[in-house]
Amino acid sequence: MTTSTQTPAAPTTAVRRRRRGSAGRFQGGNPVVYAVAFVVVCATLGPVVYGVLGGFRSNAQLAESPASLPDPWVVSNYTGVVTNPDFWQYTLNSVVVAVVTTALVVVFGVMAAYPLARYAFKGREVLFMVFVAGLLFPATVAVVPLFILLTQNFGLGNTWWGVALPQAAFALPMTVVILRPFLQALPKELEEAAQLDGTSRIGFFWRILLPLSGPGMVTVGVLAFVGSWNAYLLPLLLLQGDMKTLPLGVADFSSEHSSDTAGVFAFTTLAMIPALVFFLAMQKRIVNGLQGAVKG
Amino acid sequence: MADDAAVPTATASPAPSSGPAAGTTPQGRPAAGRPAGGRRAADSTLRKRLEIAFFVTPALAMLAVFVVWPILTAVQMSAYRWNGRGPMEDFVGIGNYVSVLTDDVFLDSLLNNLFIVAASIAIQLPLGLAIALLLNRKMWGQGALRTIIFVPYVLAEVVAGVIWFQLLQPQYGLLDTLISAVGLEPPAQGWLGDVDLALWTVMGILTWKFIGLAVILFLAGLQGVPEELYEAAQLDGASWWQVQRKITIPLLGPTIRTWAFLSMIGSLQLFDMVWILTKGGPANATSTMAIFLVNEGTRSNNFGIAGAASVVLFVIALVMAVLYQRLFLSRDAKGVA
Repeated sequence: MTTSTQTPAAPTTAVRRRRRGSAGRFQGGNPVVYAVAFVVVCATLGPVVYGVLGGFRSNAQLAESPASLPDPWVVSNYTGVVTNPDFWQYTLNSVVVAVVTTALVVVFGVMAAYPLARYAFKGREVLFMVFVAGLLFPATVAVVPLFILLTQNFGLGNTWWGVALPQAAFALPMTVVILRPFLQALPKELEEAAQLDGTSRIGFFWRILLPLSGPGMVTVGVLAFVGSWNAYLLPLLLLQGDMKTLPLGVADFSSEHSSDTAGVFAFTTLAMIPALVFFLAMQKRIVNGLQGAVKG
Repeated sequence: MADDAAVPTATASPAPSSGPAAGTTPQGRPAAGRPAGGRRAADSTLRKRLEIAFFVTPALAMLAVFVVWPILTAVQMSAYRWNGRGPMEDFVGIGNYVSVLTDDVFLDSLLNNLFIVAASIAIQLPLGLAIALLLNRKMWGQGALRTIIFVPYVLAEVVAGVIWFQLLQPQYGLLDTLISAVGLEPPAQGWLGDVDLALWTVMGILTWKFIGLAVILFLAGLQGVPEELYEAAQLDGASWWQVQRKITIPLLGPTIRTWAFLSMIGSLQLFDMVWILTKGGPANATSTMAIFLVNEGTRSNNFGIAGAASVVLFVIALVMAVLYQRLFLSRDAKGVA
């Protein structure tokens, strides 16, 4: 098929003179395009904005006229959530689980990717295929036996580690697949220079490779963090009471206070805002990572 | 692609083996002179092996304990009638598989999963492509647009589900109010309460949640299309649509195929959103395989059934992934390498 044969040929003929849209792309001042863009924005953000604004209304306002702006603006829903100790406990749990997951994924992932990228040894490709095969094991398949193993065999039932360790394990294959080409791309002259200076391979790993692979590690770290922060199924089975993470808290609050729509909106909004800010700041990294996955 | 990059590594590595444990490799060996596929075993000194083991063992141990072991446990569980307590003793052979595969709830769930796999791709591919093509031009606010379209994707499924659940409340939710306001009749049992509508409603919300991923990936793929192609096509008098159809979309092929793969695997595992919105109801109209196995496992303590369902889900996902790989992705791998 023509698709795949054209792809590699194209970059070689294109001698990197990208005139940023000066004359190139079909220009867009087209009103139709703006109209479509407007519709897309409304459809995308509408529900989120409605939730945020809904938190500033009273239930009476919401019942009377679901589609209007807050009048007057009510802050008691939000203050109610902020003064709710459960909310902060859930946030703490989410932060700890996500940080532990991310640390495990980044440290073990870059360690595994290093020999796979820069050592020559028999069985290297086979070893790499082990990680690639790991991509085919969906976490959902393992969740019920994991619940049994973690609670009965490992004694990690209602703990941060019980969630973080399996999450990290399931994120590792993708991490290795993304990181390996990253580490391979670092010029081999660096390694040779380090050897001339008498640096061992482990020294090279610590002092040169790790600092240089920072961007790649940030990418896989952000992906791991996003995954952990949003995770629901494994925490749902494993965590109770004070150990619950924010998604569990949101779901609980919404079913326990189902008549308090404004309160649910406020709780949900506050639960998503820190994550949203962080993820949007890291948007480029997330996209890079997903693209890396696509290419890997 | 991987083999491409492996060549420089392979030629670079003979040198380090001049370390303390080196004995097999002559030090003065020219680094570049060796064929890449040569006798690598000769380089493998004990020290190097220890280093490799040191680096790889933690990750492999994690995979073994938290990925492979649970899946083997699922296989073991699937052969017993077991309530989750005490030893597994009541061996039933393939009995649980027969139960699962003849269970109407499981079969409904499976069909729902397959529907979601197909509908996700059938809806999100043209829609995502259309949005990406429209946004792939110089226009005011493009950066902001890309960010905005990504917002639903980075939200937790739970958060998105809770918000939509409120919007879709029968009668007094926002959607029903708007529909009534323009004089139409919203569904009497609500969007999520109507057996015929519920799955489509879930599908709509999933589209809202995940279209951003398609658009972002497609846009990123479009960045890789060289400007010169557009210029040349324009010079030849091609219309915008002709350029998209003959140049852009074919060049986007690998991105689209990989996105579809990710979408498929995700659809097969769907749980969070459905659990929040409907818990699989009404009358299992929105149940998925993941919902089924969680219900059987941790709710009803039928761990044998849950194990069998897990294995069936695993096999289905594996078969679909391998088939897809064979049919579509391998072609890209060859093309890129």
